[in-house]
Amino acid sequence: MSNSEEDFNFAYLDEQTKRMIRRALIKAICIPGYQVPFASREMPMPYGWGTGGVQVTAACLQETDVLKVIDQGSDDTTNAVSIRKFFERVAGVKTTENTGKASVIQTRHRIPEQVLSEDQILVYQVPIPEPLRFLEPRETETRVMHALEEYGLMHVKLYEDISINGEISTAYAYPVKVNDRYIMDPSPTPKFDNPKMNFCPAIQLFGAGREQRIYAVPPYTKVISLDFEDYPFEASRAEKTCEICGATNTYLDEVVIDDKGTRMFSCSDSDYCNSQKS
Amino acid sequence: MYVAVKGGERAIDNAHRWLEDERRGDRKVTDLSVDQIKTQLSLSIAKVMAEGSLFDPELASLAIKQARGDLIEAIFLIRAYRTTLPRFGVGQPINTDKMIAKRRISATFKDLPGGQLLGPTFDYTHRLLDFKLLADGSIDEFEPGKDTEQMFQHVTQFLNNEGIIETEETSSSEAESPDLTRQPLEIPANRALRLQALTRSDEGFLLGMAYSTQRGFGRNHPFVGELRIGLISVEFEIPEIGFNIEIAEIEISECETVNQFLGSKTHPPKFTRGYGFVFGQSERKAISMALVDRALRWKELGEVSDGAPAQDEEFVLYHGDNIQATGFVEHIKLPHYVDFQAELELIRKIRKTAFEAKKG
Ligand SMILES: [Zn+2]
Repeated sequence: MSNSEEDFNFAYLDEQTKRMIRRALIKAICIPGYQVPFASREMPMPYGWGTGGVQVTAACLQETDVLKVIDQGSDDTTNAVSIRKFFERVAGVKTTENTGKASVIQTRHRIPEQVLSEDQILVYQVPIPEPLRFLEPRETETRVMHALEEYGLMHVKLYEDISINGEISTAYAYPVKVNDRYIMDPSPTPKFDNPKMNFCPAIQLFGAGREQRIYAVPPYTKVISLDFEDYPFEASRAEKTCEICGATNTYLDEVVIDDKGTRMFSCSDSDYCNSQKS
Repeated sequence: MYVAVKGGERAIDNAHRWLEDERRGDRKVTDLSVDQIKTQLSLSIAKVMAEGSLFDPELASLAIKQARGDLIEAIFLIRAYRTTLPRFGVGQPINTDKMIAKRRISATFKDLPGGQLLGPTFDYTHRLLDFKLLADGSIDEFEPGKDTEQMFQHVTQFLNNEGIIETEETSSSEAESPDLTRQPLEIPANRALRLQALTRSDEGFLLGMAYSTQRGFGRNHPFVGELRIGLISVEFEIPEIGFNIEIAEIEISECETVNQFLGSKTHPPKFTRGYGFVFGQSERKAISMALVDRALRWKELGEVSDGAPAQDEEFVLYHGDNIQATGFVEHIKLPHYVDFQAELELIRKIRKTAFEAKKG
């Protein structure tokens, strides 16, 4: 059972906990976009730092898996490094930065640029799983709204955005409707990434540890960003070119490079950028 | 020339080494031992055990040492350890009538069987810094009297006998006492689950909530019927042998408040109760817990809510856990530049449209 670190079970969680999480995952896959309550455990990293994603990854990992961890699109951001090291230590699985070679990808705030395949699982870290939370702070209320498919409040919010600002003023965590039923929070990914979720061949799993919720999008499932006929959804990005690889179709980071505030733009997905360079 | 932000791994390693060095501090000063913490900082240990939900003074001391005295960090270490332990059953209900108390006071009766026992309390100390402690002054040993070796009947029992206070209903099944650490918190919660959540809630959060009820945000007119601190035994029934065995002796603080109640459509006027129960000597928290427990009971007593924060079950139970709170509040220091970039683009676009509209 345990391998790399004697004190821990494979992938840290005990088998009963993994079974409990897997049951929640199966339920989540069966009801796309529905938030399944689960008995989230305390993890050895803080709430809000990916405990939900880590538990989902731990429940999915097998010894033959190859794991990639990204934060802000990059494998080298500190929290991605920390989570990758955690799984190297407690599961001893192979890790990679290469999107195509990974069987499980845990992410915070981005979906990789490279199209994912049927053999892959994308695990999202989710801070606030409830897309209606900032319209209605009470969980007891929002659960009823989902049950009754009562989403008027959300449409009113989007409409008010347009009437005040001339467009929908949500740039990330842009709400989607899954399989024509549940409104779902895609996690705080930029809305540029939303279209990648639609009919994605990979399994998409979402873990919110502190809020004790798991939800999922099965492969090849319809995921539509909310919009209006006369104000269609637009997957926006900085209208610039990556100054490292020359890509014009990727999500870009804006980096301040001198005291005068000069900017440079480069791909947020560091693995994709490297692959385009060579 | 742009230099890619590489080296996260080395930065983390160095941060850890630096942290360890600072924790140890000046090497000319003796290393603080876990035994010293365990025997001399017992109130810190009480907090770590209560909010970590694990009664183990040795591990709590280790956690405090490792956390450099940051108690929330220490609680976090204990929680992360606790969650890896198997749960092998449910103990027998603890009977606090059988407590060997080192402190037991009542604010509702001047005297009562067993008497008032102050115990080791700060209550009547004058808060003057004791500069003798700067030097290594030795302290005389104190031998408590025979009073401390007796059991005390609960004060509320005297009110019970008169039928003038509500009687507590005991939950008998596991379904009535769910385990907060093994099931997701779902609202509405029953009282057993609420009390579980409160006893591991942050002391400061509960203190503030309790204080707000005293200042009129959900006032519930409390008296401290009884506050007791002492040792009780924990028993566990071993199915194979068919009887209970004592598995531990733990120190706890218990507070029962007696609250005014003028009656409602469903309940005749009688006194009601608030209950606080906390690991270790933690009476500030036990009292706070009892006040908040009583505030949360408005619905089951048929009262009308003031809509005060302390009466709001969802608000109190979802926000009292300091490990959840500290993680989420502090997570905003993690990189968010992808989201910030998306906001930047949006604001630039909206501003551009606005300027053009102004010009046009
Ligand atoms: Zn690039």
